[in-house]
Amino acid sequence: MSFTIEQILRGDVPRVGHRPPTAADPSLVPISLRVNGQEYHLQLEPRVSLLDALREFIGLTGTKKGCNQGACGACTVLINGERVNSCLTFAVMHQGQEITTIEGLGQPDDLHPLQAAFIEHDGYQCGYCTPGQICSAVAMLKEVAQGDASHVTSDLTATQIELTDEEIRERMSGNVCRCGAYLGIVDSIRDVYEQQKGQ
Amino acid sequence: MRAFTYTRAADEQTALSAVIRNPEAKFIGGGTNLVDLMREEVERPNEVVDINGLPFSQIEELPDGGVRLGALARNSHTANHLLVRQRYPVLSQAILSAASPQLRNLATNAGNLLQRTRCYYFYDITAPCNKREPGSGCAAIHGVNRIHAILGTSEQCIATHPSDMAVALAALDAVVQVQGCEGTRNIPIEAFHRLPGDTPAQDTNLGHEELITGIHLPALPFGTNSLYLKVRDRPSYAFALVSVAAVLELEGEQVKNVRLALGGVAHKPWRAHTAEQALLGKPATAENFRQAAEAELQTAIAYEHNAFKIELAKRTIVRALLTLTERHLA
Repeated sequence: MSFTIEQILRGDVPRVGHRPPTAADPSLVPISLRVNGQEYHLQLEPRVSLLDALREFIGLTGTKKGCNQGACGACTVLINGERVNSCLTFAVMHQGQEITTIEGLGQPDDLHPLQAAFIEHDGYQCGYCTPGQICSAVAMLKEVAQGDASHVTSDLTATQIELTDEEIRERMSGNVCRCGAYLGIVDSIRDVYEQQKGQ
Repeated sequence: MRAFTYTRAADEQTALSAVIRNPEAKFIGGGTNLVDLMREEVERPNEVVDINGLPFSQIEELPDGGVRLGALARNSHTANHLLVRQRYPVLSQAILSAASPQLRNLATNAGNLLQRTRCYYFYDITAPCNKREPGSGCAAIHGVNRIHAILGTSEQCIATHPSDMAVALAALDAVVQVQGCEGTRNIPIEAFHRLPGDTPAQDTNLGHEELITGIHLPALPFGTNSLYLKVRDRPSYAFALVSVAAVLELEGEQVKNVRLALGGVAHKPWRAHTAEQALLGKPATAENFRQAAEAELQTAIAYEHNAFKIELAKRTIVRALLTLTERHLA
């Protein structure tokens, strides 16, 4: 059985664990989310996490649910360009913000440089953590460019960061990969960092 | 997760009215701890008051040379602010050693202070826990207590406070600025968190009808020679087994000023006054550092699995102070 996004948005689709919304249901609140440049108007309970709103109600299943407690990073998305765990925040809190998921970074015929690098360097095996890894890495490279320090940055007063492999590993420690593709992940990120630096 | 009503506060008055009206309402900032606790049903507010629209996100320099951190400034923003990086490196290091970048982007400064213990039994709603359910007992005292407290414990609770940031704030003599319906008050960081005693359910001295607006970092010229040393089971993204926030000023080779606070060892950030007193005016040597650490840990009590923390705390204090001494002499 498959459904169109329009059907999902209208609430025509039965979902496990969620009552079908009706206009009269007082537990529902209108929530507008802007995801990948598109507006979505939903009726949700306030307890719906941003992660569940993206996957179950908007139908953007690229973002993954791993631990659902902020430990694995599979649910990482960008809010106004900053990486966050979408499982640990309520959708209702993010109206009017610019949310970017893996679908908004690139598409099969138009890959983001990090997506291309993950393919080139075997930055995954099963791929489940990959959308979170890539969203996280996109924001991480921006943090480095703006001079943000990390736990392994020796000189906190320096505003130019040299992105060593040690820095990449520390800055990506919020994204866990059970397949252990870490070497490929570090290679992918270093590759894109070098490309950007060369530009 | 239980259902709740969501309110977005437009200003301080609306926020305070909501919690005055409803004793079960909770403020939400970043939500990284609250959402998790609500999902586990450890926290069950029937109303969540979103305070992210309030104007408490600034980090600003004060005329006296201190810095004011807005309650809603994110941990990542705070750690990376140049004023903090330059004047209070111990605070930047503490924040950057905590959680993950994604969590630090959501987590607020006030929320960091109010996060709750990661004691497994507190999180497990089927286990007895005096903090979660007063009078039900403490499963940790005779349970798996490797991560638990060694200082200031009670027969009711041996949980630790999980924050790294708060440990640095303790060493910096920070002051928590609070707004209530009857005005504002300042709570020194040492009086903000509590020891468990007979009321472990109460983590802090903040009232239900009070809102944190900011954190004041007093001017501290010797704060530049400071360090946060965190010992944990893996080198990133883990809570402290033991941590030390240290600030050291030497005159020649003598200790002129020293601030020490310990994390991972107590129900609150543990300001090591005994060790500080023992060091003032003494030569900055490994031997004196060790003696001061011994004096501080004199009252430590070990439980079945956490005896290692006593020696670990002593060695971490010594290493932190030696590192700062070497930096000063270099």
